[in-house]
Amino acid sequence: MSMVDWSRGQFALTAIVHWLFVPLTIGLSLIVGIMETIYYRTRQEKWKKLTKFWMTLFGINFACGVATGIILEFEFGTNWSNYSWFVGDIFGAPLAIEGILAFFMESTFIAVMFFGWKKVSPAFHLASTWLTALGVVLSALWILVANAWMQYPAGMEFDPSQMRNVMVSFTDVALSPVAVNKFFHTVLSGWVLGATFVIGVSCWFLLRKTNIEAAKMSIKIASWVGLAGIVLTMWTGDGSAVEVARCQPMKLAAMEALYNGEKGQSLVAFGILDPQKSLEDDSDGMLMSIDIPCGLSILANHDANSFVPGINDIMAGISVNADGDTVNTVSYADRILLGKQSHEALRQFSEAEKAGDTATMELARLKLKETFPYFGYGYFDEPSQAIPPVALTFYSFRVMVMGGGWLLLLFVVMLFVAYRREKAFEWKWLAWAGLISIPIVWIVSESGWVVAEMGRQPWVIQDLMPTRAAVSAVSSGSVQTTFWIFTVIFTVLLVTEISIMVHEIAKASKNDILK
Amino acid sequence: MSVFESIFKFYLDGFRSMTVGRKLWALIIIKLIIIFAVLKLFFFPDFIKSRCDTESECADHVRNELLDSNRNY
Repeated sequence: MSMVDWSRGQFALTAIVHWLFVPLTIGLSLIVGIMETIYYRTRQEKWKKLTKFWMTLFGINFACGVATGIILEFEFGTNWSNYSWFVGDIFGAPLAIEGILAFFMESTFIAVMFFGWKKVSPAFHLASTWLTALGVVLSALWILVANAWMQYPAGMEFDPSQMRNVMVSFTDVALSPVAVNKFFHTVLSGWVLGATFVIGVSCWFLLRKTNIEAAKMSIKIASWVGLAGIVLTMWTGDGSAVEVARCQPMKLAAMEALYNGEKGQSLVAFGILDPQKSLEDDSDGMLMSIDIPCGLSILANHDANSFVPGINDIMAGISVNADGDTVNTVSYADRILLGKQSHEALRQFSEAEKAGDTATMELARLKLKETFPYFGYGYFDEPSQAIPPVALTFYSFRVMVMGGGWLLLLFVVMLFVAYRREKAFEWKWLAWAGLISIPIVWIVSESGWVVAEMGRQPWVIQDLMPTRAAVSAVSSGSVQTTFWIFTVIFTVLLVTEISIMVHEIAKASKNDILK
Repeated sequence: MSVFESIFKFYLDGFRSMTVGRKLWALIIIKLIIIFAVLKLFFFPDFIKSRCDTESECADHVRNELLDSNRNY
């Protein structure tokens, strides 16, 4: 494996582990807030006890997850230094806001949440719980704004003297359509994960025939949160599909393994890809598939008869504009030429700047400004180098969607049972279904990130910087060393979290949580 | 009792009454030591800052990196 691959592997490992903790923090903080609100309104002690139980699990997850994201920032500085310099304050500003505002907000109010039950008024305690939940969401907001900018760079201008992108509009960065959609889609998926976790643990209590009332109370709350979360996640997912079709059509084509698009394009509900498929052959790349007629056209353009470009179409420069019309844009072969011209303009600017030749500098700056949208393509020799890994993106998307379908069913069934067939909580298969949904929801959540991040390859910044140009000239050996160190540390961390959590849950199963 | 004393006592009492929290704080402290005193110190230097002194030199370094067509990835 090359140094780029090791650096990518290390970043993926760290991000995946970090993302094991974050959505549970988002989801559990909301559920704990709702439970405490019920306690505040009813003053029934059982709701306070239940809140405290889930708050303890929230605390364990928070403690294990805290600071795992800092390692990503170390990696930016060491392994991805070209990227870090190139993005300048656009990436730094949201991360700094996250660190200062949200983290300190969370930390302050978490202390009140855990230490303040007998020290502050119930209203102040409740406010602290909700402010913790808000802080968690704000943390996610700024990270997601930074990530969205990489997928849809907006609100900046490239300064060739500084070799940095300079922010010219904070609102364009923070409120770009991709950022807004990504934020809601991701946070809502955290609700789903937190809800599934609560249902899963409650189902374990049901299987053990212990804490039955606490389990039923928890399942009711979690199922409502989960149902609201999954419906809204699907809605924002629809918005994401439209955004991807506009801003990253190649990602959408990879998600569908679509090589040659057509009007009224079907959506692959289930499919097995042909591993022998190459760009040169005319096959559709599927060994078998079950399609939904016109599904992809509806998903991408909200129009059953609209055209959706495939990988070959996009490389040829065929695209769909914001009005849904098929248009000819710049082909990938031409983008590569423009990208190389952009590199040359930057080179000329630099030489003219050193020579103090302001006239040439100005000419080069104008040429660079004109060609900069294709700067990243200058690193490629062939259009095919700008295609993401199709199989991984395709299968991850299906895992996410199918898993999401399972979770929707779980929440509906749990709500039906909770309100109409409470006796069914004694059914073992139902409890097992809830319990096995815990690993399923994490797989679904991580798959979503795999779709988002692998689908945008080979770009680290869409159209401007490919991943291979973003890496530092560090040795492959040093990246390998830290990769394996992380593997050990993260394994220990996960084992620790799971064992502490299981211990707390097992301890609770020996007592009545509500007493 | 002043506000600062009250806050200090709030945290002190809170830490004293912790049960599972003690284990979690130990975990956080160990993790932070590993992250900042080992990983950051020995494995994750600021790559660009270690190769240049001024902003202009750093910009030149990145420009050379990004325009080096012979760079081995």
